[in-house]
Amino acid sequence: MALPNDDAAKFGEYAHPEKLVSTDWLAAHLDDPGLVVAESDEDVLLYETGHIPGAVKLDWHTELNDPDTRDYVDGQGFARLMADKGISRDTTLVLYGDRNNWWAAYALWVATLFGHPDVRLLDGGRAKWIAEDRPLTKDVPDRPRTDYPVVERDDSRIRAFREQVVAHLSKPMIDVRSPGEYSGELLHMPDYPQEGAVRGGHIPFAHNVPWARAAAEDGTFRSRKELQDIYEGEAGLREADDVIVYCRIGERSSHTWFVLTYLLGFPDVRNYDGSWTEWGNSVRVPIKRGDQP
Amino acid sequence: MTTADTLNPRLAEIVEDFNAMPGKERLQLLLEFSDDLPALPERYAGHRDLLEQVPECQSPLFLAVEVAPDDTVHLFFDAPPEAPTTRGFAGILQTGLDGLPADEVLATPGEFTSQLGLNDLVSPLRLRGMAAMLARIKRQIRERRAA
Repeated sequence: MALPNDDAAKFGEYAHPEKLVSTDWLAAHLDDPGLVVAESDEDVLLYETGHIPGAVKLDWHTELNDPDTRDYVDGQGFARLMADKGISRDTTLVLYGDRNNWWAAYALWVATLFGHPDVRLLDGGRAKWIAEDRPLTKDVPDRPRTDYPVVERDDSRIRAFREQVVAHLSKPMIDVRSPGEYSGELLHMPDYPQEGAVRGGHIPFAHNVPWARAAAEDGTFRSRKELQDIYEGEAGLREADDVIVYCRIGERSSHTWFVLTYLLGFPDVRNYDGSWTEWGNSVRVPIKRGDQP
Repeated sequence: MTTADTLNPRLAEIVEDFNAMPGKERLQLLLEFSDDLPALPERYAGHRDLLEQVPECQSPLFLAVEVAPDDTVHLFFDAPPEAPTTRGFAGILQTGLDGLPADEVLATPGEFTSQLGLNDLVSPLRLRGMAAMLARIKRQIRERRAA
């Protein structure tokens, strides 16, 4: 049974206000049956240092990825993971995390690949909850195991693969990495481990809008007007566009995917999770250097 | 010869401690290393320019390396509390290497980071940050010696 939406005035202006909850809303509903809160962080130990009471941990690196193939878990793997966490198909799942919900948005995108019906983000994430002096605990909840159905992953609507990006060249695309990564200026230092690519630059025709621009100083999402100014004004996107977003491995671009899809209401946005670690290493695909699309 | 043979006894003990524990408790041990990481001494505190950044770490980490006249190595790290994993990695290196002769630090195999039993719990991508710290520590020692 889904929980009521957060009717905070700020969310009302977004295309899909039901995808966000405020810290006030969450504090008031923490004990409601039907709700599971999950923390998803860049730092794998942050949850252990203290988390929102009752929240379970969901780690992208170690839990949402397939260990052998560069891909996400399959339907069975996702069902097992959700069951282990005590999440049912009808659970209202609220995700939050560090760094402006960067990884929480990634987890939300993956949950959406499996069509989890009600998954929302905590506006402002972990930082806002802590800034407001709300309670944290180190107690790990022991949620009873659920029976989550096996639902096959649907990669067709919100995920883009390399071949599709090749076919998409010259159509609207947003590179959400930092300007240095986009231009290819970031230097590769010899003899040091690098997780990057053999070439620096960006996919031709992609506009650069660093993902964190969608967040205000307190980590909450910017207003609809501000977001429109950035994505429609500066980057020139139109709601009817077929848009692909990418970054390094698809995490930061999940955040932008969330913004375009749910806050601005663009119906056709896909995340290219292969991103620069695939494109920048691929044979026979073009790249562009410099700060122009 | 396995890599463990060339690890100094302190680091070898840390590797052993991690591997003696069941999976989830290893994260708790890593958290202890994070909590116990010493703060920067006064001469470095507030002087980020004296420290080298390790961009391979997911969160900001800065380190300084000193080689004393008796050739022992001293290590200093700075990472915020919001980055406990990075702090934990720094703590392991601090505990395992600080005060050792430079040659012993230089002999530390870069692969030791993969022997802590953390690959499945932390992910190899994150563990690369620790390997990068070690590589930078070694490079700084070589530079000090060449100077």
